[in-house]
Amino acid sequence: MMQANVTVELRRPSDRVAVIDIQGEITAFAEPQLMDAYTRATTEGADAIVLNFAGLDYMNSSGIGLLVTLLIRANRAKVSLLAVELKEHYRHIFELTKLNEAVKIYDTEADALAALASN
Amino acid sequence: MTTEPVDSTHPRDESFWAHPVDALKVRTMPLEALNLNVQGRHLLNPLQGFGPLYRKRYRVRLEGADVSPQTVIQTWRENFGSFWPKGNRFYAPISGIAPGEVAVLNLASPVGVKLSTGILVIFADDTCFGFMNPQGHMFAGMITFSAYDDAGVTVALVEPVLRSSDPFWELSLRLYGYKAEDRHWIQTLTALARHFEVSASVEYESEVVDPHYRWSATKNVWHNAAIRSGLYSMFVQPVKRIRQAASRR
Repeated sequence: MMQANVTVELRRPSDRVAVIDIQGEITAFAEPQLMDAYTRATTEGADAIVLNFAGLDYMNSSGIGLLVTLLIRANRAKVSLLAVELKEHYRHIFELTKLNEAVKIYDTEADALAALASN
Repeated sequence: MTTEPVDSTHPRDESFWAHPVDALKVRTMPLEALNLNVQGRHLLNPLQGFGPLYRKRYRVRLEGADVSPQTVIQTWRENFGSFWPKGNRFYAPISGIAPGEVAVLNLASPVGVKLSTGILVIFADDTCFGFMNPQGHMFAGMITFSAYDDAGVTVALVEPVLRSSDPFWELSLRLYGYKAEDRHWIQTLTALARHFEVSASVEYESEVVDPHYRWSATKNVWHNAAIRSGLYSMFVQPVKRIRQAASRR
């Protein structure tokens, strides 16, 4: 099986919030790492997950399909999904695929965490 | 995929994606193409459809073929419609399968009506290309076609993430369409493999990501391509033919 060219790390800034830092490429091959981080976060009690795209440098259409699947799983589990540090190009992709209508997008992690805290 | 230095302002995939679109625009199509239900339509993602959400994978291993993933994708993009089973037509844009291009699909239906819908090419690079569907298409969703190397064997893959777009489509799909869709991609990959002189079975897996119905998407039926194609063939096409015949006299 082709190796994924991605690194995914999980951080817990608070009990209920998890941040998943994505470094590299989001393609179908990133699924095991991304889903593992999501599962760990939700198993440990997070009800909001912030996807940090600062390190993203390639995404193809199967990668967007993976994000859609992740979003739907999160919705079903009543877990909020937020996106931060999206470069302009990736914001356009979210707009093209209408993911921007389902995922809250913030410029920075601090903005996202502040929004979660105020809710 | 090529390896290049990371440019923080211009990601590697920047030129491979379509720009956001408000409404689809169809360019010139052959005269024989039934061009309906595409012009002016918006895209529908899987979150905006009606029925259960499926993620499927159809995969064929090109064992024995000395062909790279890049060659498979180039061949597939250049001849996409020719690998389709008979009865279904893919009218590619003149510039081919490229980001932002719109194609028209004419599909056979069990009731004999030719169904017209389309797709937008949202992504295309040398190992992968992907489409997204407009309002009215049977599926709200996206589909990716890719090829990769697996321990020296090139594998071709079709990955739809989709749900029926409205209740009428969901009923049609349960009666006929889901199995027809599976057959379509299995036959397509079999034809693609045959092109590279490989006789191989297509592996298939399907996962229900969300089993629920989204009743708020019932309104999508307004754009249902099957209903509109049927009305066109019953009422508009006969009138056009009569007018054409009259003008020839």
